[in-house]
Formats: sequence, C-alpha cells, structure tokens
Amino acid sequence: MPHSISPESSHTMSQVDTIKSEEQTQDISMADAPSPAAPEADSVKVNLEDLFDDDDSDQEFASSAPQVKSEEDPSQLSQPAAPLNVTSKSTYSDPDIMRAFYQRLFPFRHLFQWLNHSATPTNDFAHREFAFTLPNDAYLRYQSFATADLFRKQCLAQIPSRFEIGPVYSANPRDRKTLRQASSFRPLTKELVFDIDMTDYDDIRTCCTGASICHKCWAFITMAIKVLDVALRDDFGFKHILWVYSGRRGAHAWVCDKRARELDDSRRRSIAGYFELLKGGDQGGKRVNVRHPLHPHLERSLDTLKEHFHTSILLEQDPWVEEKAEHLLNLLPDATLKAALQKKWDSSPSRPSVSKWADINALATAGALSNTKTGPRELLEAREDIVLEYTYPRLDAEVSKKLNHLLKSPFVIHPGTGRVCVPIDTRKVEDFDPLGVPTVTQLLAEINEWKGGDVKEDGKKIHDWEKTSLKPYVDFFAVFVAGLLKDEKTGVKREREEGGDPMELF
Amino acid sequence: MIRHDYSRVDPKRRANIHHNKKQFAKAEFQQQTYEHRLNYYDVPPTAEITLEEFETWAINRLKVLSELEACSFRNRSQDETAEYMTNILAKHLPLRSNSSRGQNLQEERKKDHYSHFILRLAFSSTEDLRRRFSRLETALFRLRFKSDDLKERKEWVSTLNLEWEEVGDAEKAEISKQLAAAGNMKKEDDQEWFKVDWERVPELVDQRRVFLKRGKAYVPQKEQLSLVVAEFTKRLDEALELTARALPRLDEDDRLAPILAHLSQSFTAPDAAYTSSDASIDGLSTITSGAIDSLATNFPLCMQSLHNKLRADSHLKHYGRLQYTLFLKGIGLSLEECIIFWRRSFKLMTDDKFQKEYKYNIRHAYGDVGGDSNRRGRGYSPYSCQKILTEPLPGPGQSHGCPYRTFTQDNLMTMLQRTGINDRDLLKTIKEDVTKQRYHVACNRVFEHAHRKEIKKVKDDGSWTSNDLDTIVHPNTYFKRSWLLKHLGEGNAGMVNGKGEQMEM
Repeated sequence: MPHSISPESSHTMSQVDTIKSEEQTQDISMADAPSPAAPEADSVKVNLEDLFDDDDSDQEFASSAPQVKSEEDPSQLSQPAAPLNVTSKSTYSDPDIMRAFYQRLFPFRHLFQWLNHSATPTNDFAHREFAFTLPNDAYLRYQSFATADLFRKQCLAQIPSRFEIGPVYSANPRDRKTLRQASSFRPLTKELVFDIDMTDYDDIRTCCTGASICHKCWAFITMAIKVLDVALRDDFGFKHILWVYSGRRGAHAWVCDKRARELDDSRRRSIAGYFELLKGGDQGGKRVNVRHPLHPHLERSLDTLKEHFHTSILLEQDPWVEEKAEHLLNLLPDATLKAALQKKWDSSPSRPSVSKWADINALATAGALSNTKTGPRELLEAREDIVLEYTYPRLDAEVSKKLNHLLKSPFVIHPGTGRVCVPIDTRKVEDFDPLGVPTVTQLLAEINEWKGGDVKEDGKKIHDWEKTSLKPYVDFFAVFVAGLLKDEKTGVKREREEGGDPMELF
Repeated sequence: MIRHDYSRVDPKRRANIHHNKKQFAKAEFQQQTYEHRLNYYDVPPTAEITLEEFETWAINRLKVLSELEACSFRNRSQDETAEYMTNILAKHLPLRSNSSRGQNLQEERKKDHYSHFILRLAFSSTEDLRRRFSRLETALFRLRFKSDDLKERKEWVSTLNLEWEEVGDAEKAEISKQLAAAGNMKKEDDQEWFKVDWERVPELVDQRRVFLKRGKAYVPQKEQLSLVVAEFTKRLDEALELTARALPRLDEDDRLAPILAHLSQSFTAPDAAYTSSDASIDGLSTITSGAIDSLATNFPLCMQSLHNKLRADSHLKHYGRLQYTLFLKGIGLSLEECIIFWRRSFKLMTDDKFQKEYKYNIRHAYGDVGGDSNRRGRGYSPYSCQKILTEPLPGPGQSHGCPYRTFTQDNLMTMLQRTGINDRDLLKTIKEDVTKQRYHVACNRVFEHAHRKEIKKVKDDGSWTSNDLDTIVHPNTYFKRSWLLKHLGEGNAGMVNGKGEQMEM
C-alpha cells in the first residue's frame, strides 16, 4: 500500500505564492532604476496585500466561525459557482469547489459523533486514523484529530480530494514514532466493513464495462445489499449497519455495533468466509459448489435472489446470448442434456436467455436426461447454484478481513464522478438511484439558488446543507448516529450496573 | 469472572510467607499427577528435571512438530496426516490413554507437559515463531483429541468448565430444520446442541457449518472439537504472549539459554530457504525485460498461466502481479527491468495511471520502498509452492495460485496440452494426482516429462547428483533447473550442486 508521503508537500504548496512574490520584490529592489521602479513596486505591494487578504479570510474559514462566514461566502462563491453548472470533470477536483464543500456542506459534527460514540471527545475519535489523499495525489496516513473542529480545520487547509477512515489505535497515531516500543502501537477497534464493487461482476455484466454503470447493473449491488444486510442482522445480531454509496459503482457497509468493532482479524476472516460463495478464478469452471440442502443463510438468500434473477438477470442482463451460452452449458451436470440444449440453441443463437433458462427444465422433463445418475434433484441443485452464481453478493473480501484496512469515509466526494458518497437507506434500497445522487457542483449551486432566509422559524440558523438535496442524506445519517449513540450509552450504563459483562472480557 | 490467569500458578501454592523470610524458606515444588491424557497446558511444570532431559524431550517434540508441518506442506489430508503421524508420535512422544494400562502413563504425560513448556520458551521470542508454534501445537492437539478414547475425552472436556449453554427441547424443535441444514445431517439424528457466541467458533462460521441466529452459533455435539481446539489456541496464544514478556529474565542464564537458542534456530522457516544465490544462474546473462517472453517456456505452469493471462489481457490483478513480480525478482530480473516489463505489458494503460497505481507495488515487492523492515529485508521473498498452495483460492477475474489446484480438470488439461504435453498416460496420472490434491507431485511429474531427455543425460553422465534432481517445491527452482537442463553443454553443467538442498521442505 502506498504510504510514506512526506507531509511537507502540502505546506510547500500553500507557500508557493508568497515565495514567488518575494522574488519579484527582490528583483525590483535590485534593479537600480529609481524613477520607473517606484510605481511598479507599488503595484506589487498591492498584489501582495491582496494575497495577504486572501490568507486572512482563509484563516477565518479555518477558525470556523459560522456567522461571519455566511455573510461573506455568497459573494465569494458566486464567481466559482456560476460556471460550475456546466459540469466538466476537471472542476470536481477544483480546490475552490472542494474547499466550499468542506466548509459549507460536509457534516463534520455527525461524522465526529459517529466515530466518537459520544458527544464529548474520547479516544475513540482522537486515536482514530484518517488517511488523506491530497489534490496532488500525495497520500497522508496516520492523521488524527482531537476534536471535530481540528479535523475540519485540516480539511480546509489541505482540501483532500478524499479521505479514508482506519482503526482506533492504542495510542495517538501521530505519536506512533515517539513510542518507546513499537508494539505498543497497534490497532484496537474498527467497524466491520464490507466493500462491494462492480468490477467483480464484470464477467456476468453485459450492459456496461469498466467504470461505467447504469440502472441495470446497479441491480447487482441492490441484491448484494439486501442479502448481506439481512444476514448481518438476523445471523450475527448486528443492529447498526450503515450502507454507503461509494460514489461510482459500488457500495460499502459499516457495521458499527460495539461487538463488531472489537472483532479481531481471525473473526473478521471467518465472517468474510461465511459470506464468500464464489470460489475459483476464471479458469475454475463452476464456481458455486455448495452443499445441499443449503445452509439456512443461503436458503434465505436464494429466496430473496430468485425474484431478482428473473428480471434483473434473465431479462435485463440477458447473459447467455450467442456464444456466451456455453458458460451456462458448462454449469449443467448432465452430458446428454447439454448436448440436446447445445443443438437447440445452435439453431437459434439469438434466443433470449429467459427462453434458454426455460429450455433446461422443458428438455429435462421431456426426458433428455441420461438416466444414469442425474436425477431431477441434481438438476434442481445445479439450477440453484446457477442462480447463486449470477446473483449472490461478490465481496472484495480482503477489505473485511483486516482490522487495519482503510475505507473511504461517507460523505466525501468521489474524485471521478463528483458525486457525494451518501448513505443508502436499506428500507428503500430498491429506490436508490446512483445516477441521481447529487454532485458537489450541483449542491453548491443549490445553496446559491436558495430563496428562503437563513433562519428557521424557531430562531435557529439554517445550515447550508439543509438548503440542498443533501439534506435527506444528512438527516438519515443523523438518525443512524443517534441510534448508535443511544445504544452505546445504555451499554455503558448496563455494564456499570452489573459490574461488567463477563463476555466483555473475551 | 476473570479468566486471564490460566497460566498463573495457583495462588494457594505460592509460598505464603513474609517476604523477608522468603530467601530462607525451602522451595516447595509439587509433583503433578496427570489424570487425563489431554492437557491444556494451563499450569507450568514445577518439578526438577535434568539438563539432558530438558534437551532431549524438547528435541523429540520438535521432531514431531516439524513432521506435522511437513505434512501440511505436502498437502496431506487430515486422515493421511493422522496415519503418517501415528508412528512418529509413538516413537518420539507417546501418549497413551488410561484404558491402555500402559506402565508409564505418568512418565509419558510428564514428558509431554514439560517438552511443551520448554518449546514455549524457545519459540516465544518473535511474533513469527509464536504464530508457527501455536499453529503446530494446535494441529498436534487436534490430532490427539481426535484419537482420544471417547469416554475419557468426555470426562476431560467436562473438567474444562467451558461456558456452553444447552439448547432446550422446545427451541430445538422450533429450528430443527435449520439446524439440520446447517449441520449437514439428517433430521432424524437427534443430538445435543450447544449455544455459544459465534465469536467462539470462528472456524465453523467460516465454513458455514453452524446455524447462526442473532449472534449465537448452534453447535452440534460432534463439532465439539472445533470449540475445544479454538479454546486451546486462544489460551496458548495468550500464554505465549506472557512468556515472551518474561523471556528477558532468562538472559543471564547460561545453562538454558544456549539450548533454547539452538532449538529455535533449528526451526527456521522454510520460507527463508530462498537465498539470493538462487537468483544467479551461471551461464544466464543478465535478464532484461524483453527476454521474459522467450524464458517463459522454462516457467512452471503457475507462472506460464500468469504470463499468458498478462499477454492476453494486458493486465493482471493484484495478487497475480505480486506472485509474478516476486518470481521475476527471483529469477534475477532487476527492479528497473521489472518496472519496464510491467509498463510494456500494461500497454492499454496511460503512463500516469501506471506511475500512480502500479509502480509503487513493484518497488515495494523489491524492498525499494516501504517500512524499515521491508527495505532491510529487500522486499518479500518469492513465493514457494507451499505459500502458493495455502493461499485462498482466486476470486472472479483473478488468476494467481497454482493451476493444478485452481483450474478445473478440463481447463488444466487444455492448458497442459497447449504447453506441449500430449502423453495420454501422463495426463491421466496428473488427473489422479490432482484429485488427491497432490498438486506439487503433478507439477514435478510434468517437469520430469518435459525434461526427460535431459534428465536421462545428466543422470547417465553423472554430472548431476540425485540432490540436484530433488522434488521441486519452489517455482524458482523449477525455472532454474529447467533452464539449466535445456542449456546443457553450454558450460554450465553441474552448476546446481548443493543448491537444490536449500529448497528442501
């Protein structure tokens, strides 16, 4: 993993301007030409003052005084925001846009509470590793912050194009090199995370390739979320599961229960194993080989996935057109049946997948099975395996297996698409539209278009994010965090009353 | 309830005297009696033994452990391992059950107990040794647990005081279908089920062999093994951690320290068996990135498969790249040439993307960047067959691993035929090997077939000893030997003398 990038790189960036202007002034003072030089020097000075002015206002942003800002901001923003409505990819990483995003939209307070598990700062937050990707692609690991304000300050100073969240360590990550023993710096807890990425579906996805997605292939992610979410709740008993859109073509899950956060690597590995179904690479042939009768988790998953299989796979993906049907044949157990199907399909190669899927059963019942060993049960099992191969979640298991794996934070901007990594409400997972997720430029424009006042009826100030379509997502996140905090609080109380839960020792 | 003090001496046994008088008090050592054959090794030994016993017992146990490790390298199944180990155990570390009415049951158990603790001392110094020791001791424990007399095993387990909640009849009836499906058994077999937190049976969860409900795992009686073993490993790991911390106090000791040092040295990891001398092949001029295509004919199947995949897709996924890069490093490709090789191979990729996302990993594998220890160790060593064979299977789109293991038989046969192996009998034997999971045997068979003429020649003229033609257990040995054989008579015959041995195990 790339790390070890010197933190200096960012500092030099911000100093470049000042250094340049100093050189200019020096040049001028060295040139011994009294009369024309004077006005020039003046103009330079003015420029310099301008620069310093900018710096001042920057510091004001950083000091996070919201009232002052909201008065100043619109005038400053109107210039960059207006041309931004014309979206071109380069503008997403524009430092002004990103600065405005962190300043006005990013829900730092909620993120802080989410990771801190309490309203007052604790080590859960202070010892948490953040990793920043800076605009120049430098990667800064082991960043940590005592409070949400300090965190916000650094985001505004460095304008990371994105940042990732790592584990809580036994000591402050910034102090790791000053510790006397290297072993006293080790990861303690982190949310159990899952990463579903469309790349893993590339071999069965027919609608798009590579980085692009459409509503058809988003169905894979929807199915995966449904299956995983219910299993994490019913099987493992986790309650606080946050699903987050990864900004382009995938989704992340953060399981935030205390019990999940405290899992060690071997337990994480076993959960990943529990969910892993597809084995073998591209040359491995049939990749789902599960025991029948199915494990209750798979049985339940299959029930959910069956419905999707017909619409999302057979109709929308149409995976077995023309020569691709060969893969389907390879998955079937009976040679005679295979030959019969091959013959039928060769004569009409454009036959849609729905019909081909129906053909299997039709031919089998019509007696195309060689009666030697394949019975209807084997065929049914093979068909179940095929449904699972095409619909069951494909996880990037490595992400879940390691306590110290970093994962992109919710609510950051995906640098490629400009979309915000918003939480996904699992109750309405079917309705989630990845292409309808607001982009950063869109959100900033929405603030400008806001016609309502800055104060609510009850006298409270309206936050900038409340003026935009980010509001429902932040609200959802706030409710999630509140639920987590509530459980965390009662958990602490109960432990104290009972003199500690014996299981906590494990 | 505090359960952290398994490995502490029972406080009641501590000399209960004023500390001022302690130095004059006579030490009270207690001879332990061993009622059960199995032992969690919670209580350290306290009696005296001679230095000679100390050393021989430790060596005997070490022998058992290294044989066990060899079994896992050779991919022996659990039954095969058990069969193979029976004789070795009987010879070096017999441990009979009560019912066997052996004469010196107590002696055997004492030896088992003491040797375990001696090796703990020897192998607790580094994280790496600890992990290996714990893995092998667990394997040994599992072996013994399985072979234990059923009745005695039950008695012993009941003394362990593991907190298991039994599943009541009402609940059992309610979820009987799920229980049966998860446990892979027929509904009729009625048996006892335990309910435990799932974290206690990670192994069973991993393989989906238990029913999970709201964080509880429903474990059938027959899976008790996994629970007991997990507990054993957990306690051992904790104890090793404690031992490691206490170890520095042994520094001053000039009787035990040398023995312990010697013991841990003779237990060095086979991974370390790869030496840089294997990289240099006499007669083979410095390898450049352009030469890889022609050298690929000498590659073992795993690397050929990666190479073909790379040429076909102009891309390889992370683990494939890692496996291949390390191999290339092993055959002597320099870092600069290796970067050129990958840059040219990823011909569909922009230079910017390559520099940002790929170059670092290559440099990391060579130890050019990364943490201190990575740089000092000059990156990772090339993967051995054992490493490749014990890795998780490749997922969709991935192509690392050993083809004999990861390919279906049909695909494997096609691949072999493409490399020019058409001998029907050979292909049939390979199929058998692969079914029995003897992947490295299949690979060696292919090697011998592909180089049969050359092997005959060097055997006939005696230029290679049998050591030089030992079983291949490292892809880089495969390449080296293959290249040398194919370039016989170019002034390099016999250059491998002695180097084959380093790859042993």
